[in-house]
This record gives sequence, structure tokens and C-alpha cells, in this order.
Amino acid sequence: MSISTKIVDDFVANGIEFVTTVPCKQLAGVIDEVEAREEIYHIPSNKEDEGMGLCAGAFMGGKRPAIIMQNTAIGVTVNTLVTLTQYYRMPLPMLISYRGELREPVACQVEMAVHTKALLNQLNIPTYHFHKESDADELDTILKYTFMCNKPVAILTDASFWGGYGDQ
Amino acid sequence: MIRSEVLREIAPILRDHLVVCNIGLPSQELHMIDDQPSNFYMLGTMGLSSSIGLGVALAQDKTVISIDGDGSVLTNFGTLPTIANNVADNFILLIVDNGSYGSTGDQPTYAGKKTSLAAVAKACGCENVVECQDKDTGEVLQKAIDSKKMTIIVCKCDSGNIKLPVITMDPVVIRDRFMKSVQA
Repeated sequence: MSISTKIVDDFVANGIEFVTTVPCKQLAGVIDEVEAREEIYHIPSNKEDEGMGLCAGAFMGGKRPAIIMQNTAIGVTVNTLVTLTQYYRMPLPMLISYRGELREPVACQVEMAVHTKALLNQLNIPTYHFHKESDADELDTILKYTFMCNKPVAILTDASFWGGYGDQ
Repeated sequence: MIRSEVLREIAPILRDHLVVCNIGLPSQELHMIDDQPSNFYMLGTMGLSSSIGLGVALAQDKTVISIDGDGSVLTNFGTLPTIANNVADNFILLIVDNGSYGSTGDQPTYAGKKTSLAAVAKACGCENVVECQDKDTGEVLQKAIDSKKMTIIVCKCDSGNIKLPVITMDPVVIRDRFMKSVQA
């Protein structure tokens, strides 16, 4: 089974039916898998704070949401995470492509990578870092934890986890 | 008519539906005019009323009305293509377009100058876009609800505010009673 299939299987097993995505090369496989699943309504967003608004609405409407995005989005969404997701106490699993880590070919990505964990820490967002494929064994438990405590939770997935950039 | 007068006029229509209300004065005005558990008041996060409302509409079958402002839509322009391409026929976006950032002191917006939000919504692919004058809002809104077609309403009204208190209700209470209204 591919890692993308396993991730989306865990989403479905945890009742996630509404997924918004902002694309990333590393996340292309998992986004394709979300799109292919009948159990999930896939709604691409133009910006990550918009996506978090959609997820907040879907949660209040009775569907478990998730967002898939790059770590650069943490820079875009601080206000939304704080004044919407956290303030109204809503669950939000965030599957995040951790660009700018080992094996990164684009130098500018490192500029945001060095702030990613510090920002998440400052926001008191529980954060998990997937570096090896076996780290994803914990995803099911992380999702259960997210919907238990009604908080945004970050799952950072780096290039080593995804097997590098192929041609790099 | 100014926004609070428009809200007062449409309050009897709004009370039977799920309403997501924009940050600042619009929420404070609706809260004062006709507080309902089916109203979700935004206490922060400018720009996301339409996104939250679309999310609620896509997740369940009851009619959802997002009350937004011209300044807030300009803040989150990406919402219009998302709405156009994810049709929810139980969703109405009511943009109260007074050409100004009301909650921050009535600074003018571009929507009050050369930019037409109705034209932008149409260009983004929204199929039912109605621009109306303030006094006709109730009639247009009721027609949109009855049509059971996703509709974007741009209500042109005057700029201006009334004095009123902030909402002190706890956000989790606002969210909880709104979710109970969804489930009722």
C-alpha cells in the first residue's frame, strides 16, 4: 500500500469527510488520493486561511474536516488559527508538507522552515514530525487525539518521509 | 439606508435560518436587533464569513446565509471562485456593500469606487448574482431562499454606523448553540 493511500485510509477511518487542500509537489499523491475517495468531499482552497474557514464551517455543519497544506501556510494563517480554530475550540488536523528540511533543493523554503516549529510552539499547537515512513503508524492515534481535544494539530511531513524529490 | 437599518428589516427573514455574521459591527448589530442561537457571530478573523458559511452549507441541508461586507470580501477574494466551483444550493452570500470599512471608521473601499463585486462574482463563475438597493434586500433575499439556488446578493447601501456594545458571549457558547441549531 502506498503511503498516500495509508494516510487517506486513516482519514476515512476517523470519519473525516471534508478535506481542503492547497497544493504542494510533495503532497501531490495524497491530494490525488483525497480527490479519488467517494467518502471525502474535496474542496481545493485558494489560500490556507480560506481553507480553515471552510473547515470551521464544515465542522459546525457536522462533518469532520482536515486541511492539507505547506508549512509556508503557518505564516499565512496565524490569525485564523488563533481567532477562529482555537478561540471557538474546533478540531483541525493539519497535514503539512515540511518544506525546507533535509533534501530540500529550493533555498528560500529553508527561510520558513526555520520558523515553522517555533511558530507552532508559540501557538501551543500540538506538533508531530514524520521523518521516516514508519512514523505514519501514529497518524490514526494523532487524528483520534485531535477530535478528542478539539484543537488544531500539526503533522509535519518532511522530504525524507516522502522519499525525497525524485530527480533531486 | 445604512447597514443596521437593512439588518433590522431582514431580521424576521434571517431568524428562521442559519446565519454566519461578519466580524465587528455587523455581528454586534444583529446581536442587538435579534439574537438567535442560529446566528454564528464572528468575533475575529476578518474575511472568512463566506468561507465558514459555505462550509456549513456543504456539510448539511439547512439554508445558510452568510452576511459579509464589501471590505471583507475584498480581503478574501479567493472565496468567490471557491463558491462558484462548489455549488451549494442551500447557500446565500449576502454582501452588504456600503463602500466602506465600517467597523474601523468608514474608510472607503475599492468596491465603493471602480470595482463591482457583482461583476467579479459573475466573472468568477457564480451563476446567480443579484445586485439590489438597500430597500429591496428583504424581497431579494426571500426570493433567493425560495429559489433553492445558490445566490450571491450584493446589497448597495449607505455608509454609517450606530453606537452599540461589543458581544461578550463566550465563543464556545456561540459555537455550541449554533451547532445545536444545525442539529435541531
